[in-house]
Amino acid sequence: MIAIIDYKCGNLGSVANALKRLGGEFEITSSKETIEKADRVILPGVGNAAQAMERLKDADLCNTILNLRKPVLGICVGMQIMCRHSQEGDVECLGIFDTKVKKFEPVEGLKVPHMGWNRINNLESKLLKGLKGGEYVYYIHSYYPQLCPDTIATTVHGTMFSGALKYENFYGTQFHPEKSGDIGETILKNFLEL
Amino acid sequence: MVAKRIIPCLDVKEGRTVKGINFTGLQDVGDPVELGEYYSKCGADELVYLDISATKEGRGTFTRLVEKISERINIPFTVGGGISSLDDASRLLDAGADKISINSAAIANPALIDAIAGKYGNQFVVVAIDARQYPDSRWLATTHGGSRPSDKELFSWAYEAQERGAGEILFTSMDHDGTKKGYPCSTFAELSGRINIPIIASGGAGSVQDIADVLTFGKADAALAASIFHYGEITVGALKGELAKMKIDVRL
Repeated sequence: MIAIIDYKCGNLGSVANALKRLGGEFEITSSKETIEKADRVILPGVGNAAQAMERLKDADLCNTILNLRKPVLGICVGMQIMCRHSQEGDVECLGIFDTKVKKFEPVEGLKVPHMGWNRINNLESKLLKGLKGGEYVYYIHSYYPQLCPDTIATTVHGTMFSGALKYENFYGTQFHPEKSGDIGETILKNFLEL
Repeated sequence: MVAKRIIPCLDVKEGRTVKGINFTGLQDVGDPVELGEYYSKCGADELVYLDISATKEGRGTFTRLVEKISERINIPFTVGGGISSLDDASRLLDAGADKISINSAAIANPALIDAIAGKYGNQFVVVAIDARQYPDSRWLATTHGGSRPSDKELFSWAYEAQERGAGEILFTSMDHDGTKKGYPCSTFAELSGRINIPIIASGGAGSVQDIADVLTFGKADAALAASIFHYGEITVGALKGELAKMKIDVRL
């Protein structure tokens, strides 16, 4: 069973529907017990990182997540709050991935939010098995995780940033696999097979 | 580099897809979920569903349809039409919409942009502007499907929307919509120079060249079209293939 963590922060339905399409058994939950007994855990999230971190604390789930030793996947803001710090609201985050989340600097001609399909390259993880590099995935964000030793995929939007991260059993994607068509389904399927 | 997006737009009335020339003379062109799935398989980058009955007739939004779309489609989709409150937006988010598009309600109450973006993030809010060019050459936004004028000037309104938290602008020229004579590219280019959020060009595509023009000369980030896809004049895949040949960066 896959636990999708419900901490009142965004679009859980999209992730749930993507798992349904793949035939994965899931539960949307904020219960520690359910999260601890799940085979896999997904931390979704949209909106503001500081607010997301606040909600996660309100739900008293920070330590529960930090202590997990099964595959965990953070998506978008869910991944951002697994980093050390986010510039969005200047907030200390969970510190799983050894990197900081920065705002895209508005330089001439660079559209922010970074919205749409962009390529991932420099792939380095079983999460991205079956991909060669150069595939398009769907992004929609104004803040990005900087490159770091945990980077397992890169994307360029003005600057090169971490499209995906991995530290031990923790994975994160800045892009939305649940919205990235067939490529996204491959990535989610890989996560279910980790 | 982020690819230019091709977005089929599905106008929905009474749960069925329709497309009208200048929003009148509606003609039924199919089931919204199946048509969306078909476009997605053809390579559409996103979908937009507009409940065109909503604003005109004050209908509520079409939550159940949105739930079905979210269950079946694995690319992002935007929902618009008749969204006039934070509650409307919340309901559509819960039903699975990736973004909502607001138009008349944002003009009547610009703080609605702040409220929705504040709660769900800028990426969730598309501000749609249906504008018409007046004889004094000013572009003014209209409301209620183009039927009512407003005093909002296109460029300043788009900028205000951005500052209030819009993540994207969907601009339709009511002078070009449904005509198949192409987009007003210089207006799009000027708009692109005034704001730094992505711009979706809508209304007027009659050919591959029209779409290529608005993505290059018009500097639009995405092109939205309905008729040319609904009536099978060109498939999304064939269009993107043609654009790629013209060295426009698209996801193939």
